[in-house]
Amino acid sequence: VPHTGSTVGRLGEEDINEKLSEIKKKIQSPLHPLYDSSYLPPDHSDVVIVGGGVLGLSVAYWLKKLEKQRGALRVLVVERDLTYSQASSALSLGGIHQQFSLPENIHLSLFSASFLRNINEHLAVVDAPPLDLQFNPLGYLWLASEKDAAAMENNVKVQRQEGAKVCLMSPDQLRNKFPWINTEGVALASYGMEDEGWFDPWCLLQGLRRKVQSMGVLFCQGEVTRFVSSTDRMLTKNHKEVKLKRIYEVHVKMDNSLEYQPVECAIVINAAGAWSAQIAALAGIGKGPPDTLQGTKLPVEPRKRYVYVWHCPQGPGLESPLVADTSGTYFRREGLGSNYLGGRSPTEEEEPDPGNLEVDHDFFQDKVWPHLAQRVPAFETLKVQNAWAGYYDYNTFDQNGVVGPHPLVVNMFFATGFSGHGLQQAPGVGRAVAEMILEGRFQTINLDSFLFSRFYLGEKIQEDNII
Amino acid sequence: MAAPWPSLRLVAPIWNRSTRGIHHLGGAVDPESNQKKRRTMLQYLSDYFYDVESLRGYFLQNEMDKVHQKNRFRDKEWIRPDKYGHFSQEFWNFSEVPVEAVDASDCVINYEGLENLHLLKELQSLSLQRCPHMDDWCLSRLYPLADSLLELSLAGCPRISERGLACLHHLQNLRRLDISNLPSVSNPGLTQILVEEMLPNCKVVGVDLAEGLKLGPEEQPQDTDRPVPA
Repeated sequence: VPHTGSTVGRLGEEDINEKLSEIKKKIQSPLHPLYDSSYLPPDHSDVVIVGGGVLGLSVAYWLKKLEKQRGALRVLVVERDLTYSQASSALSLGGIHQQFSLPENIHLSLFSASFLRNINEHLAVVDAPPLDLQFNPLGYLWLASEKDAAAMENNVKVQRQEGAKVCLMSPDQLRNKFPWINTEGVALASYGMEDEGWFDPWCLLQGLRRKVQSMGVLFCQGEVTRFVSSTDRMLTKNHKEVKLKRIYEVHVKMDNSLEYQPVECAIVINAAGAWSAQIAALAGIGKGPPDTLQGTKLPVEPRKRYVYVWHCPQGPGLESPLVADTSGTYFRREGLGSNYLGGRSPTEEEEPDPGNLEVDHDFFQDKVWPHLAQRVPAFETLKVQNAWAGYYDYNTFDQNGVVGPHPLVVNMFFATGFSGHGLQQAPGVGRAVAEMILEGRFQTINLDSFLFSRFYLGEKIQEDNII
Repeated sequence: MAAPWPSLRLVAPIWNRSTRGIHHLGGAVDPESNQKKRRTMLQYLSDYFYDVESLRGYFLQNEMDKVHQKNRFRDKEWIRPDKYGHFSQEFWNFSEVPVEAVDASDCVINYEGLENLHLLKELQSLSLQRCPHMDDWCLSRLYPLADSLLELSLAGCPRISERGLACLHHLQNLRRLDISNLPSVSNPGLTQILVEEMLPNCKVVGVDLAEGLKLGPEEQPQDTDRPVPA
């Protein structure tokens, strides 16, 4: 459209509305110098990933990695807060272990360990420096009391069968190896020898982001406020009517403004972590009579967890693993300077209010320190230096993740609800979701038991080893 | 080709059982027998008569010749590749002999390759100097050698950091550890002290601890106890 210059003169005679609409059209055309919509997401995108944390980025990475042709998929990642100030991924302790009771969890962790080991082959970007995950391969040490010892032995058998390198230790062996532990009340311990430890989650997040941007994934800082979907009515074999929804438009609202951009999409991925339930509710999941499939909500809610940093010069030496005590308290060493990180998951009654990320120091004094001092006598003289709080995307149903499509909203895929072990399973889950989208089924690791439908059918897949 | 590094011989070679039959030959050979104070009749006689001494020496020489005859490793302490990098076919004749020492310096061995070392149940000394792909993940794979490993050298590996060195605590039989020239270790002096605390029976070689002391009196000591930022 040729630019005809200003339309001055004879305003009184011509219709003002017509003039205004003409001006508006000119300004909105992409060639006009006033038009700059680069901050807005695109009009169309094949896949919209809601949530730019480690799970969302992992799904984006695997989608681009496994797509059949280069550039076949246009992927958009919508993240509300690109500084990740409240994101669970950034505030995590960064541990990875294979000591789970479910074989699927073990496989996910093993896959993620090999991904992290070869991270510079997977996430290499031309001309960018290699990633240093600062991985500490010291493993996890889970302590079990008398009543949990049998379950732990069973779990270790399953873990060994699936390929994790875990060994069982008696209290005497524990005392031999780690003289700073007080083994009172400990009947059995399981120690991960390989592929377990902790790393820097921020590095993984930035590495994924850098790689994913280089692969052509679009990022947008905004909030998803609405899903527009079309409904399809179908009949089941018993002639009951089922309403299947398909989301065809996502409204992304910009930061600090009322402006929104409708993005036409084919697939939506819910990787919003602690806030996944809100996104699911926007899509109409859970709106229906209770005890029906329409009425089953996504049972993921934010739970606040504290992490404390303390200094103890006489504490456990360089060889100490991440110790998870019988009481649920856990700690690990950080660096060379006798600093330790740790915390404890509160019981249901002690759950703090997840409205903000304020730290409760009394929780440490009353609920964490006594257990620490009991297990490691050297910790009686510790001094707290720092603390922070983060959210778990806690699955209240069975504390395991939700992966895969929703039965009724057919193009919404979940990758959330991992209740504290999302970071260590992110590469595996990302690949599973990408395979589900591109191939239609899980190929590397079978996560059929993690589908949404288990909430309606009531099939719990309980995971015991959660801290 | 890497120069052969001196094998330590901390543990005296275990003699073939049959040579012990000749009444504790000459005292100097077997260090453990020096502890035994009892003197046999033969020893007393050989201290006083030259003929008895030379007779004993003659029998000793015979036994030694028999031992050396059976020894397939004459003049060959190490089996090395030739100038083309190939190992000779004779290597296969020794397949049931336990491997005592492996020198993998400058070798591009990686995480998957280290699995091959797990089969060597009697490995006493391992040298992984200057291996470019040895990193912290690889060190966590050394624990199966804990029963037999006495010496380990990691000098000059560019990717090993103090986090990997912490996994060496499984190797409780280690007597000598070389961790010099590790560029990725953030604080070599402190790391050495912590590793020495971790492995009390082991001699840790590597860092010249006096290096830090060469700073002038005005220099502030490094603060390694800073709290970790959230």
